[in-house]
Amino acid sequence: MLLQDQLCSSLKSVFQPGRHGGKCFSARRARWLTPVVLALWEAEVIPGVNSKKNQMCFDWGPGEMLVCETSFSKKEKSEMVPSCPFIYIIRKDVDVYSQILRKLFNESHGIFLGLQRIDEELTGKSRKSQIAVAVGLRNDCRVSQGLLYPLVSILSAMELIWNLCEILFIEVAPAGHLLLHLLDWVRLHVCEVDSLSADVLGSENPSNHDSFWNLVTILVLQGRLDEARQMLSKEADASPASAGICRIMGDLMRTMPILSPGNTQTLTELELKWQHWHEECERYLQDSTFATNPHLESLLKIMLGDEAALLEQKELLSNWYHFLVTRLLYSNPTVKPIDLHYYAQSSLDLFLGGESSPEPLDNILLAAFEFDIHQVIKECSIALSNWWFVAHLTDLLDHCKLLQSHNLYFGSNMREFLLLEYASGLFAHPSLWQLGVDYFDYCPKLGRVSLELHIERIPLNTEQKALKVLRICEQRQMTEQVRSICKILAMKAVRNNRLGSALSWSIRAKDAAFATLVSDRFLRDYCERGCFSDLDLIDNLGPAMMLSDRLTFLGKYREFHHMYGEKRFADAASLLLSLMTSRIAPRSFWMTLLTDALPLLEQKQVIFSAEQTYELMQCLEDLTSRRPVRGESDIQQLQDEDIETTKVEMLRLALARNLARAIIREGSLEGS
Amino acid sequence: MEEIYAKFVSQKISKTRWRPLPPGSLQTAETFATGSWDNEENYVSLWSIGDFGNLDSDGGFEGDHQLLCDIRHHGDVMDLQFFDQERIVTASSTGCVTVFLHHPNNQTLSVNQQWTTAHYHAGPGSPSYSSAPCTGVVCNNPEIVTVGEDGRINLFRADHKEAVRTIVWEVHFHPSNPDHLFTCSEDGSLWHWDASTDIPEKSSLFHQGGRSSTFLSHSISNQANVHQSVISSWLSTDPAKDRIEITSLLPSRSLSVNSLDVLGPCLVCGTDAEAIYVTRHLFS
Repeated sequence: MLLQDQLCSSLKSVFQPGRHGGKCFSARRARWLTPVVLALWEAEVIPGVNSKKNQMCFDWGPGEMLVCETSFSKKEKSEMVPSCPFIYIIRKDVDVYSQILRKLFNESHGIFLGLQRIDEELTGKSRKSQIAVAVGLRNDCRVSQGLLYPLVSILSAMELIWNLCEILFIEVAPAGHLLLHLLDWVRLHVCEVDSLSADVLGSENPSNHDSFWNLVTILVLQGRLDEARQMLSKEADASPASAGICRIMGDLMRTMPILSPGNTQTLTELELKWQHWHEECERYLQDSTFATNPHLESLLKIMLGDEAALLEQKELLSNWYHFLVTRLLYSNPTVKPIDLHYYAQSSLDLFLGGESSPEPLDNILLAAFEFDIHQVIKECSIALSNWWFVAHLTDLLDHCKLLQSHNLYFGSNMREFLLLEYASGLFAHPSLWQLGVDYFDYCPKLGRVSLELHIERIPLNTEQKALKVLRICEQRQMTEQVRSICKILAMKAVRNNRLGSALSWSIRAKDAAFATLVSDRFLRDYCERGCFSDLDLIDNLGPAMMLSDRLTFLGKYREFHHMYGEKRFADAASLLLSLMTSRIAPRSFWMTLLTDALPLLEQKQVIFSAEQTYELMQCLEDLTSRRPVRGESDIQQLQDEDIETTKVEMLRLALARNLARAIIREGSLEGS
Repeated sequence: MEEIYAKFVSQKISKTRWRPLPPGSLQTAETFATGSWDNEENYVSLWSIGDFGNLDSDGGFEGDHQLLCDIRHHGDVMDLQFFDQERIVTASSTGCVTVFLHHPNNQTLSVNQQWTTAHYHAGPGSPSYSSAPCTGVVCNNPEIVTVGEDGRINLFRADHKEAVRTIVWEVHFHPSNPDHLFTCSEDGSLWHWDASTDIPEKSSLFHQGGRSSTFLSHSISNQANVHQSVISSWLSTDPAKDRIEITSLLPSRSLSVNSLDVLGPCLVCGTDAEAIYVTRHLFS
């Protein structure tokens, strides 16, 4: 049903300006269509469509696009009918990603719920939750190692950005600690070190390995000076000639002042110590202590924060943010958060050196370093194909009270907008719609109305799924949707001749009209076959019987059968009569009811009183007088009429006899 | 309640069942089967929780459940039962009943037998043929009984091609057994109702749940007198006198727990949050 709606809105949108949420264009404004669609046209990927002849229109859904021809011809006067009568659904091929992304969606759903339920004051707990998400992300990254590279790089990029946002926005690390966090960040995401280290250390003679100095350099670049020292000691052991300078370098590395987490020294103390150490390194450079070993000399320059020396190691650094962190480590370790963006911009420029332009990821990271949350979110929304990342990030930042609420023109704020987009995308998936429900729950302005629209359109092919959907609606008091879904199921049941099922669905929907329809079917079946189906349901209706008159009649009629079966003839008789006199019995059924009265009239004892018999006669006369007089009739109709006439005569006879007996009985009792 | 392992499996799990152990076996349960639903492609999968010497490539821990093999299944898996050690019977939302055979030597599943039109609204002969979901299946070697939304009960024999008997009715099945009861519910909770007599008197809690499917485990104790008093504690209407201890088994609640199975001290359950939970130490 979702597609039908999209279809209608798509066709309408050909002639109307676009609404929010859909990038719809009328055919007349076709020249503004995005390159994607143009490419599709040109490549004639869509079979049967002649884009050169007729104009196209399209509409975006949450995860797919509808495309069809219009009757507007590009050149001459249009033909009345488009040559291609089909509507195409264009969907991105997400098969490869679905397994991994599903795990991500499900895990993060649980974490999202946990976050919403926590008191907003406790930012400590919220940190724990997003760390959990990051851990979940990392696990998923590991699992995806075997898959296509693009997926790994997208997930790694997401993890990279997320981690940086953690450090800058949520942990809000102050100067000093900031650098430590950034160092961790870089070490976590530039992973080649471990494999290189394993390579070199695993060889027989590590210090003779080709990549030995590369390894030492990269350890220094990442600030892992203890490990670098260990490497140097191996070199010292291997070549005693350079043992002396190796030891000096090792000492320098050991004595570099760095803020450790448990340390109580103040920032000023650290700065002073660092200055001293920096000057010591300078002296060694001036004295050309390491001139004999160019590797060590370049290490010294790196540790002095010399930009040229750092840029020589571009390959080992591999990206500008690594360059940035290393540069900060060795030139300004007590950098304040607000100064970050100067260094970030210049690092990017220096590293790229005008050879290449920044990629989307670079822009996102830059925006983060500038503490421009909105820009980060905007860039991520553009760069990433899926709303998952921005929706969860924005929600988390909103919970940490970091987002000013911008009222977007359609009434909700950014967090809600992103969550709505994400949840709508989930609803387009055959399975993940269940996750979307919870996301809508936590969108205060438009969540409920969005949920109402989406939940009616979930295809229901089994009763089990229908019951789950109904439970979701009932929990949220969405009575309209409950009614609508129950009506659909009732209709399906009627078509499949499952009358009992149809009746119970219409009772659940509180749909009087449909209940009447189903009851009529029951009665018709009874007239044709002489017995009811689904007796257990009809016999146990209880108060639900009151839903519609016809249904009440059905229930009461069964009650009549019961009374007759239990030989409570007097009660049965008055019930039967009341069914007719109260007019809840449909006129078409009166003949059956009167025929049911026959055995009661023929009983040995008098059951119907005189009064009741008069009323029965009245009903019979009512019934027969209204019968239309037919002109020409065929043989079948004549036969039917014959039967009818015989029945009526039998009834008249029985009623007359009963009347006689009743009058006599009442007459004789009256005296006593 | 000892540790419980969770694993996200990228499919919503509709049914989980332990593989029955050979009679007289002293082992604990090691293998279970799951069926998925609400996917464009659904799967029946076999998992193992046997001890592994090493960590696997997933980084999972020992005791974590591993996928042995799986096979595509047309339609949602509405119900799943082990017919015997090697065969699994499934009920599908397409109205089809399938028997899968597990080949332990190369760890594969294959279709052994299938009744594609077991349940239908309008029959295969009619022009408006429409199938009806098969909602439940029970087996007792060599017979299989299935029930569906069309209101039919079918009786199949594992080696016959046609249904042996067809009854039009509507029925609900309840397994029954004494002292331990496990319920999993639409609201995502999994409860253990313990009515064994050696627990001191406790007041019981009744949780508000949605639709729940109940499953009673095999009895731990064989004593006849324990049997009797336990039955009466389930039937007693006075909650204050109940000696039932009720504990929640899952660490956190999200979406519906669709199915659970218990065998000895092992429990497995599957949820709509696409996760499978396994524990091997229910009664420690």
